[in-house]
Amino acid sequence: MNISRRKFLKGGVVAAGTIAATAVPKTLKASESNTDETLVTLIDISKCIGCEACVEGCKDVNSGKYPKPKKPFPKMYPNRVPVMDWSDKQDVNDRLTPYNWVYIQSADVEVAGEEKELFIPRRCMHCKNPPCVKLCPWGAARQQDNGISRFDPDLCMGGSKCKGVCPWKIPERQTGVGIYLDVMPALAGNGVMFKCDRCYNRIAKGEMPACIEECPNDVQKIGKASDIIKEAKEIAKKTGGYLYGLEENGGTNTIYISPVPFEELNSKIEKGKGKPHFKKVGDAMENGNNIALAMIVAPLAGIAAAFGKFYKGMKADGGSDE
Amino acid sequence: MNNKFMKYYYNIVIFFLILTGFGQMPIFKRFYIADIPGLGWLAEFYKTFFIHNLAATLLIVFIFYLLTTFLLNKKRVKLTMTGIVWVASLTGLLLTGILLTIKNFPINPYPPGFVVFLYLSHIALVMAFCMTALYSKILKKEYIIK
Repeated sequence: MNISRRKFLKGGVVAAGTIAATAVPKTLKASESNTDETLVTLIDISKCIGCEACVEGCKDVNSGKYPKPKKPFPKMYPNRVPVMDWSDKQDVNDRLTPYNWVYIQSADVEVAGEEKELFIPRRCMHCKNPPCVKLCPWGAARQQDNGISRFDPDLCMGGSKCKGVCPWKIPERQTGVGIYLDVMPALAGNGVMFKCDRCYNRIAKGEMPACIEECPNDVQKIGKASDIIKEAKEIAKKTGGYLYGLEENGGTNTIYISPVPFEELNSKIEKGKGKPHFKKVGDAMENGNNIALAMIVAPLAGIAAAFGKFYKGMKADGGSDE
Repeated sequence: MNNKFMKYYYNIVIFFLILTGFGQMPIFKRFYIADIPGLGWLAEFYKTFFIHNLAATLLIVFIFYLLTTFLLNKKRVKLTMTGIVWVASLTGLLLTGILLTIKNFPINPYPPGFVVFLYLSHIALVMAFCMTALYSKILKKEYIIK
């Protein structure tokens, strides 16, 4: 039922929406494309009709960045190392894959006493302090000054640590591509990790990310963090909506606004591999960074201990002289 | 703090630093080491990240304790070539480690190329450090000219 409904929506509403969208091209303000200030996206779930125009727009614009694996894949040791090959399943669009960086989740909920199906575009949240970037052991993941986090396909070894530390398990691996093939493909690495890069190259040119540009319903809005956060809070106050992404993992650059609480949404969406949750998420980097702050006082502790020992020694020497 | 305590302190801290340092790479699960009972935590990146930072903090305490003690006692030491490599690699590890730690906070202080350089330097320096320690242990080479 969902598929046919989506196809219907795609055929009708999208056509009209696309005409309207192309008539007035969406662009970023010059101050936003060149700014060092973080860019934040606001996603209004109540506006999404699940037409998947964003999914297709993303594929159209980013297909040049998709992996082109060499086959057969080199044998990897030990045998437990999984081969992750999505190259023959590039059309899969009901979850995140290396060839599908945004997809639509759905949830049947009750809004103001009325049964309703909500559609939710899901992709990387672009955390303010992204663990995928900070904990990548090679520096293959990077965060731009405008807050976009992305992976360098020429440096990534595909170890999937970024996925392991991501609170939403967003990055997806494709085996048979990347630098690991030139190093020790049997023993280290396993491809390259892929996820939404927020169309960083389009933003640099002052263009909108494809998912925003193609959306016929203006579900998403991108802009300076201060403006978007203010707007999100105002909408939530006005409509009684709920916000997600503002506090999660210490704050993200994606804010969802929903007509129902996210606990309820989380219980209704399909979750699993490539299908992120909507749970509350604490700051994943907090504990490690808190202990790192102790490094500031560590020299003082060392110096104090040495002085303590020296003073004690002097006192003992003085005592024995008497 | 007596010398025996200091020796144990240093060895334990260095052991955990090296272990959790390698744990920053996704290798312990791949190569079954995390399957050994009691070592499952080596595949948990947030745990190894925390312990690595904790051990690094304790190492900084140790180094400043040692330096201050030398200064207060006006001790002058002469290093052997092995000692020079040991001090150089340890200093390099500390500097690159501190710069990498700063990067982990919600700031974006370095260009991407420099981050890659820091990681590769950190790995090269730990290899040099381990080789020096092994060389010193096996061939009984001292760090200091007595």
